[in-house]
Amino acid sequence: MSTLRVEGVTVRFGEVTAVDDVSLVVEPGVTGLIGPNGAGKTTLFDVISGLRRPTSGRVLLDAADVTGLGPHQRSRLGVARTFQRLEVFGSLTVWENVVVALESRRRPAKLAGELLDRVGIGEFARNQADTVPTGAARLLELARALATDPSLLLLDEPSSGLDRAETEEFGELLRQLSAEGRSVVLVEHDMDLVMGYCDHVHVLNLGRLLVSGTPDVVRADAGVREAYLG
Amino acid sequence: MTALLAYTVFGLVTGGAYAVVAGGLVLTYSTSKVFNVGHGAIGMVMAFLYWELAENRGLPQWLALVLVVGVAAPLFGLVVERFIMRRLVGAPVGISLVAGVGVLVGLIGVAQVIWPPQARPVRPFLDQLGVHIGQSFVSGHDLITLLCAVLVAGGLYVLLNRTRTGLAMRACVDAPELAALYGTRPHRLSALSWAIGSALAALGGILLTPVVQLDYVTMTLLVITAYTAALVGRLRSLPWTFAGALGLGLVQSYAVAYLPSSPFWISFRAAIPALLLFVVLLAMPQSPLRIGGVRGQRGVAVPTALTTGIAAGLFAAVVLALALLVDSVVAGQLALALVFGIVLLSMVLLTGYGGVVSLGQFTFVGIGAVTVARLGSASPVSLLAGAAVAAVVGALIALTVLRVSGLYLALATLGFAQLMDKLVLQSPIAFGVRGSLQVPPVVGSATGQLLVAAGVFVLVGIGVLAIRRGRLGRRMIAVKDSSAACATLGLNVRWIRVWVFSLSAAIAGLAGGLFAQLRETVAASDFQLFNNLPLLLFAVIAGVTSVSGALLGGVLLMLLPVLQSGFPAFAGVAVVLLGVAAAGLARDPNGLVSWGFRAWTWRRA
Repeated sequence: MSTLRVEGVTVRFGEVTAVDDVSLVVEPGVTGLIGPNGAGKTTLFDVISGLRRPTSGRVLLDAADVTGLGPHQRSRLGVARTFQRLEVFGSLTVWENVVVALESRRRPAKLAGELLDRVGIGEFARNQADTVPTGAARLLELARALATDPSLLLLDEPSSGLDRAETEEFGELLRQLSAEGRSVVLVEHDMDLVMGYCDHVHVLNLGRLLVSGTPDVVRADAGVREAYLG
Repeated sequence: MTALLAYTVFGLVTGGAYAVVAGGLVLTYSTSKVFNVGHGAIGMVMAFLYWELAENRGLPQWLALVLVVGVAAPLFGLVVERFIMRRLVGAPVGISLVAGVGVLVGLIGVAQVIWPPQARPVRPFLDQLGVHIGQSFVSGHDLITLLCAVLVAGGLYVLLNRTRTGLAMRACVDAPELAALYGTRPHRLSALSWAIGSALAALGGILLTPVVQLDYVTMTLLVITAYTAALVGRLRSLPWTFAGALGLGLVQSYAVAYLPSSPFWISFRAAIPALLLFVVLLAMPQSPLRIGGVRGQRGVAVPTALTTGIAAGLFAAVVLALALLVDSVVAGQLALALVFGIVLLSMVLLTGYGGVVSLGQFTFVGIGAVTVARLGSASPVSLLAGAAVAAVVGALIALTVLRVSGLYLALATLGFAQLMDKLVLQSPIAFGVRGSLQVPPVVGSATGQLLVAAGVFVLVGIGVLAIRRGRLGRRMIAVKDSSAACATLGLNVRWIRVWVFSLSAAIAGLAGGLFAQLRETVAASDFQLFNNLPLLLFAVIAGVTSVSGALLGGVLLMLLPVLQSGFPAFAGVAVVLLGVAAAGLARDPNGLVSWGFRAWTWRRA
């Protein structure tokens, strides 16, 4: 169970400001991070997971400042993530992908089968990972992230590539993960999923934090409608 | 003061010629995204051609220059682009590099066949003209060189920034398909840039002949100097590349002027381009962990422990039979092939599994050989010591060069190889003042040598496969496929890379010790920088992803000099064919042996 604090994070790429002085708190439970394309959601994930140093600002995990730590160090503190543009290990089998993650945390390799079954892609275990359908590859990234037994899980558009039924199963999985005491942050375009399963939602637009609140508060916000509908 | 001025002018002149070569390199790279390792080799062959026309056939210098720079070089560039490089656009770095190495090795083969080694003086341009600046004399050739540099700089700038063609060229780099939609023709533009690029390589090569002499290897390795200059401009910016080239020329000139002329400092001067390469690399920002989507590579199937055992048994039986049948000369050659095979096993680990292309692997062989030779015996302990020293050097190098990745990394390993070559292996530190050392062999008979080499090959081969099946193997491949994902799973990507690099260096070092005691006399000339290039070439042609590929590659490497001494003309043709094969095979990193595997699989299916 982790509390994440982002304090005044700004990320600039040359002239472009991708994230502009964003401060937010992620409490245990399921948190949605939404916003139009280019709002800075993935960049914020990169900053939280340590793949990108912010131009300014801090990231705190359970009150400890982790801004200076590399991604592998943050992983050991319980941060795990998936990627919007898939980052599975394409030359390895699906099973091996999860084993790499388990071994990284000195957990037994025999857990791999359970994890694959849990996210529902056990049938692909022996396939080379760059040959499975996109939806399965996304779930593989989730299984791989879960293999590190994270307390903070960052999921970047996990439901794209899943059909209706699979998305509902995925929503149930989110509830279970939250019940296990993990904090889950979801970047997602499927509003039914966000509004149905998130306890709290942050809305980004053009790099700035627009609104934070419960799904009902966010749904009612005029600024959010404007950002989405123009 | 006048001396300073003279050396400054001399430095600018050399730098100007470097700038011409480097400009061509940047042009081809930035319009086709294929880095041409053979760039210097094109300059070399064209300089020989110029010698042929202007000196041997007695054509006027200007006519020879026009024919070579204006006709032969651009045509050659077109051919290379059409038949090799065009197929490589978008291919992984390792593959396009190997194709370039193929071109390079092929061109050296051609040059050696057409122009056998002999002194070939080349008259400078306008040697009767010149101006005095203070007490120093600036020759007509120097003035021409400077003029060419200025014209090339201006010409390239205008071409890229002020013409529609140049705009289209720059657009094509970013999105060839998109540019094609707007009516540009990417192939045509790429062809144009290769034609201009090789013309510039030719011009630079010819301008430099009075300075560096007409020589196959020296001029070929000008690519390192040009690359260093181009790196100052991040392989993109022409003005920075030109500044880098001039700076390099100046540093070299001042080094000649102001450094002591003891043997060490003389070899130090020769190492300056490689040293500066490292300075520039260290000044570059650490490359970020790559995020870029699914990427997989279909390797040949990894054999199970059982299959490995059976194969090892079969191999041992074949070697035993050969040991009983063949005479000692052949046994010695087979032992050599297996030692080369062990070197290639180190590349299976590093390049085949780890995805790191190294152009400096033979240097570690040299380090192992020197260690064993210096210890004065080839006992198992000193062989392991050779491996250990290579591992340590490998780890230190890895910590420096692994800051960068892909193409930058591969060329950094070439820079490292040149540095070690000039500063250590070719200097008395390594092989003593006579340049060679005696090593008592571990066993006296050639048959014994064959059995020893076979034993080590089997052990290392089994080890490499065990690594592939185990935790480290999975990690290496994971790092190759997505370093970003690895890091977010808690793996320290940097240490995994250093570890693999070091392990691979250890295997190469072990092979180096075996090589030294097999040869009984090892010399600096055995480990020249240039030997690195056929190594990578054969590794990829035979198959860099499998142990059987390493075996086949070792046999081919052993056969090459045998062919060269027995049938020089045929060897020349063979080398050219190899170059072409590398380019063709480059699409399939699993190499020749994978064809065999595939045939086997089909038959069973």
